[in-house]
Amino acid sequence: MPSMTLLTQALISGLLAGGLYGLMGMGLSLSWGLLRLVNLSHFALAVLGAYITYQLGADFNLAPGISLVFIAPSFFLFGVGLHWVFKKFKVNEFGSLLVTFGVAVLLETLIQWFWTADFRRFESPWGTVSYQVGPIYIPLLETLACLTAMVLSGLTWLWLNQTYIGKALRASAQDPEIAAAFGVNHARQSYVLSGICSAYAGVAGVFIALITTLSPSQIWSWLGVIFAVVIIGRLGNPLGALIAGVAIGACEGLAMAVFNPAWAPMVSFSLLIIVLIWQPKWL
Amino acid sequence: MTQHRFQVPVVLAVISIGMAFFPFLGLPAFYDSFLYIVFYWVSLATSWTLLSGFAGYFSLGHAAYLGAGMYTSATLAAKFGWPYLATIPVAALVAASLGCGVGALVFRLPRLRGELFALMTLAVTFILATVILNTPIDGGSGVFLSAVPPPQIVESQSGSIYMLGLFMCMGSLTIAWWVSKSKFGKGLFAIHDDEDVAEAKGVPTYRYKMLAIALSSGIAGAVGGVHAIYVGFLTVAETFGIAVPLSVILMSVLGGARHWLGPAFGATLITVALFGLASSGQTILGRAVVAAFLIIAVLWLPEGIVPAFLQKLKRRQTSPDTSTEGARSVHGDDLTHQMKDMVIPEKGMPKVTQEQKVILEIHDVHKLFGGVHALAGATLQVYEGEILGLIGPNGCGKTTLMNMISGHFALNSGSITLDGVLISGLPAHETVQRGLARTYQIPRPFAHMTALENVELCALFGGINAREANDKANYWLEFCGLQERAHVLPIDLNLRERKVLELARALVTQPRVLLLDEVMSGLNPTEVDTAIRLVRQIRAQGTTIVFVEHLMRAVVQLSDRIAVMNEGKVLMTGLPEQVMHDPQVKTIYFGQ
Repeated sequence: MPSMTLLTQALISGLLAGGLYGLMGMGLSLSWGLLRLVNLSHFALAVLGAYITYQLGADFNLAPGISLVFIAPSFFLFGVGLHWVFKKFKVNEFGSLLVTFGVAVLLETLIQWFWTADFRRFESPWGTVSYQVGPIYIPLLETLACLTAMVLSGLTWLWLNQTYIGKALRASAQDPEIAAAFGVNHARQSYVLSGICSAYAGVAGVFIALITTLSPSQIWSWLGVIFAVVIIGRLGNPLGALIAGVAIGACEGLAMAVFNPAWAPMVSFSLLIIVLIWQPKWL
Repeated sequence: MTQHRFQVPVVLAVISIGMAFFPFLGLPAFYDSFLYIVFYWVSLATSWTLLSGFAGYFSLGHAAYLGAGMYTSATLAAKFGWPYLATIPVAALVAASLGCGVGALVFRLPRLRGELFALMTLAVTFILATVILNTPIDGGSGVFLSAVPPPQIVESQSGSIYMLGLFMCMGSLTIAWWVSKSKFGKGLFAIHDDEDVAEAKGVPTYRYKMLAIALSSGIAGAVGGVHAIYVGFLTVAETFGIAVPLSVILMSVLGGARHWLGPAFGATLITVALFGLASSGQTILGRAVVAAFLIIAVLWLPEGIVPAFLQKLKRRQTSPDTSTEGARSVHGDDLTHQMKDMVIPEKGMPKVTQEQKVILEIHDVHKLFGGVHALAGATLQVYEGEILGLIGPNGCGKTTLMNMISGHFALNSGSITLDGVLISGLPAHETVQRGLARTYQIPRPFAHMTALENVELCALFGGINAREANDKANYWLEFCGLQERAHVLPIDLNLRERKVLELARALVTQPRVLLLDEVMSGLNPTEVDTAIRLVRQIRAQGTTIVFVEHLMRAVVQLSDRIAVMNEGKVLMTGLPEQVMHDPQVKTIYFGQ
């Protein structure tokens, strides 16, 4: 059994890493839960965002925060365009999964063609910064990612639950026809939501560039964990995605410390299977 | 149709024999290998379609079954020195057991949505990959098969592998063809369209899904067994990657996942296209082209190439008839004409007398939904040959009671017996076979089957044998006045026609007790009159009828007796006049 310090360190690192899971999962969860579209290209978009951040940083010495000013609006437009296609062809849930898989492969191809399949590392002065609290180290970037996830999910939750647009979106997700009968204009709001989801992928991408080593195939490595996050956190619930992300991150951290790091992928999937079988009310 | 049945296996056999001579042509080994890859994808895509295309449970876990087969064969051959051919059946068995395990886990869940099933299978893949990677099965270093003597079927190694691939390919195609034409396959198609209704119409859905997943994973495992020796070196990353499930889905969807030949078509198309691009040094571009294909196919041809092509062919053949279709929409009147010719017993049938026997007995049935007491001790006796109207305010438990009788919901306590035999607790598909049929308030036809196929399927699973099913289906369609719409898909039927189709589907099983759930709602007055006549005719044939209805005119005209429900209980039963004038009933409906 590893020491208490090691366990606490593993737990904290896992919790913070889980923030990024939450950030990644949020956009997927919202479009799946509220638009009934499963967007596999979300992962590809996030990784594309990471590569753009990397390129802007390496070529123009642009700070990631400033890159985001370019990335978020252009990704927003991408999301709107994608939604336009779905609307035009009346794509259903499973169709959207297949179409966005195609989009993801296209984006992966684009990345590989432009940046090659080699590993890329965005060297930033903050990469190694961490604060020491007692015997525990707290890495700066992961903390920042976690805080961003918290702020965004909180704001999104408020937007969905306290404003007219948000409520209209939730109503439309449950029954589009009835909502339309009560005068909810689902179309316009769904474009906005789709855009926001993609913009969130951009935000996650910036942190992916800062925290991880980039490769085109990374797109698929996120798939499993994030799907687990999205489902455990309940579709369409931004706070749920964050909580599930952090919880899975923490479990993975502990599993890596107690067993072997190689067993980490088991954690999220086992949790997912347990939750699916258990089928709790909040799912 | 019957001609078609014999043609397909003959054609497949001829092609197999023809292609079996290929390795003897003495062409370079490259051609063997290339064709093997085509076979490999055709068999994998076809095996995927058995469950996911036919029954509609999209699986992202095909890599798990394939990988289980590959590692089984590799381990047995490399570590235990088994002769290679002997490992392949074991590979199929291991993969099928894995599939059954997954199925037993997920199909027991009451209502696992399609996408969740897909993700669950993906999760299983990753877990299996992690286990194999971290245990001595692979251990992270991969498994080499270089020391394993390859199976010797023909002289060259590539030829032998070609032969195995050919066998797998033709085998899986034959199985897929057979399934799609069999009763089992029809059941799977029904599950695809509406699983609840399929179960209610007599399809043993759980057993069929398990059978389909076992077949699907078993074939994938056998294909994996063969593929291991082709690859020669197994790694977890290559075997359990996302590429296998997604290629397989793409191929099937592109070709047409509901047709047995669709996946084979899609697989051939994509494999050849990819190869063409790869050989010209454009591997990356090739992947992009395939991705673009997928997007285009899903957007423009959601049903797939093969079905779209067949439909076009069919339309061309029947195009002269379509001009008359428009005139058909003036319905109702001609139906009324036909009904006039039939003998219609007015009220007929004796009123309830003492010696009549109880055919359906509901005793003290309770049903809780969470905290809501939907049924709180409902008790009701239905006599043989009567028409019993079940009325009551909204939310009083009428439809719930119907669902309990048809076996759709399990009850919390109490009992339901049909002709003295306990039927509560039976799965819905068994109550059908005991002579109980129902209709749905909102018609729920199987969307991808024509009116005739809808009725035929219900006959097939309602205990009518296969040879008579078609005749019976035609008979009951005609009885209901739908014969001219027999080859129309439900989407092109209007509400009345759908309601009548719903009735025909229930009648074809010749039930002893028929449950009708608001068949009159949404019909215009003339249509109601014809429907009333129809119900009387059904009873005249000896069927007992229990019907839920809000339309009081129909209730009064049809019922021999009326049962009034309120707050989850049967408040009273009696003759229509009695019930309608009862002060208590008036209070329920109109308040104090």
